Amino acid sequence: MSLITLKNVGYQVDQTPILTDINLEIAAREWVTIAGPSGSGKSTLVRIIASLLSKTSGELIFDGQPIEHYDPIIYRRRVSYSFQQPTLFGDTVRDNLAFPYQIRQLDFDEQRAITGLEYVGLTEKDLDKGVNDLSGGQRQRVALLRNIMIYPEVLILDEVTAGLDAENKAFVWSMIQHFNQDDGLTIIAITHDQEEIDAAKRLLTIENGRLVGGNS
Amino acid sequence: MNLAVNNQSLILALGLVMIALAIGWHEKLGIDRDMIIGVVRAVIQLFVVGYLLKYVFRLNNVWLTTVLILIIIFNAGYNAKQRSNGIPRALPISIGAILISTTVTLGVLMLAGAIKFIPSQMIPISGMIASNSMVAIGLCYRNLNAQFKQERQAVLEKLALGADLKDASREILRDSIKTGMQPTIDSAKTVGIVSLPGMMSGLIFAGVDPVRAIKYQIMVTFMLMSATSIGSVLACYWAYRGFYNERKQLTI
Repeated sequence: MSLITLKNVGYQVDQTPILTDINLEIAAREWVTIAGPSGSGKSTLVRIIASLLSKTSGELIFDGQPIEHYDPIIYRRRVSYSFQQPTLFGDTVRDNLAFPYQIRQLDFDEQRAITGLEYVGLTEKDLDKGVNDLSGGQRQRVALLRNIMIYPEVLILDEVTAGLDAENKAFVWSMIQHFNQDDGLTIIAITHDQEEIDAAKRLLTIENGRLVGGNS
Repeated sequence: MNLAVNNQSLILALGLVMIALAIGWHEKLGIDRDMIIGVVRAVIQLFVVGYLLKYVFRLNNVWLTTVLILIIIFNAGYNAKQRSNGIPRALPISIGAILISTTVTLGVLMLAGAIKFIPSQMIPISGMIASNSMVAIGLCYRNLNAQFKQERQAVLEKLALGADLKDASREILRDSIKTGMQPTIDSAKTVGIVSLPGMMSGLIFAGVDPVRAIKYQIMVTFMLMSATSIGSVLACYWAYRGFYNERKQLTI
């Protein structure tokens, strides 16, 4: 059974269709790459899956239940969305990594944060580093860590490697690979990067709000 | 009483308006019409209020006083709502916040024996409380609107991480409540140094000993702190949910 099923999903603003008749099944632990020109509706589609927007037609089923059956807050803890050029909160790296615990009224697992930081090439000392002192690549790594401090089931990545240099891109890419292969997260990643498109395990292409390529 | 304002001196003081009009005309500010309307309205409204208050004070009726206080609260709420710029349910929120902030503040003042439930005390004090609460709430609305626009991305990211609406809005709420209270705090800090506020000036003007006048001003400072903090907190907490829809998505 698929984890996420979209049946004839559409989204329109006023009378303008942004997405039309999207049919899609995504299995648990799958890694789906979504490509397509700018403005084709990729971000809208993943924001609907992340429950940051509501579809205007069709059905979205997650883990056997229509999305409307879930409390959006609980749902978003299972289906986490990471933005292109993320905003870091508060003053320090700690503020960001502690946020997922704070919103669940849990104690901050500092050891896990340190392990995570070391994994992404930062150190324990960086936990109290000011967010404004981080480079673009470091910011993106911290933002991704923030998404997986408490594991979701699905991780949606909206062009998270855009704007990064080759080294950082490769690093973030390997992080995602690790989340998918070793930790069993389902990955839905939007990209414009040709290398990432070529390496996609399952590629979907969106044009003018419709799925045109790939095996849906 | 050593007040010397009579109708003749008022008419002569109209010369001051002429100065403002002359500046407006000379500098081509295009506000002559607004100024004239403003002056005419002020004169008519104040005359009506003067005669009305004279009547109400003489009648000294609990119900009439209560109704007038409610009218003041409604008007303040309506005016605060005008600053809401489309925040849903801004009218009931504004009226509710002003009603509660005014009632609590008046209640404490009465229990403390600082004022009595007589129209000549209740009506002016209610007006001061409600109008300060109104200004505070208006500032809160403006800040909520500005901050939700400016911090849209951060709010979206917090939602995407599974934050509930309060956690996603916490910084904005804090900042907005602070903005609502700031003018009262600032004026409390400078009261007596930069300006002699209305209540105290009025009493001194009317011949009251300044040492007695400041006691009233201290009371006013306390009551405005309470009124603006209660009004700001309630309005912000009731209003921020209006920036989200029933699926807990940001709608701005």
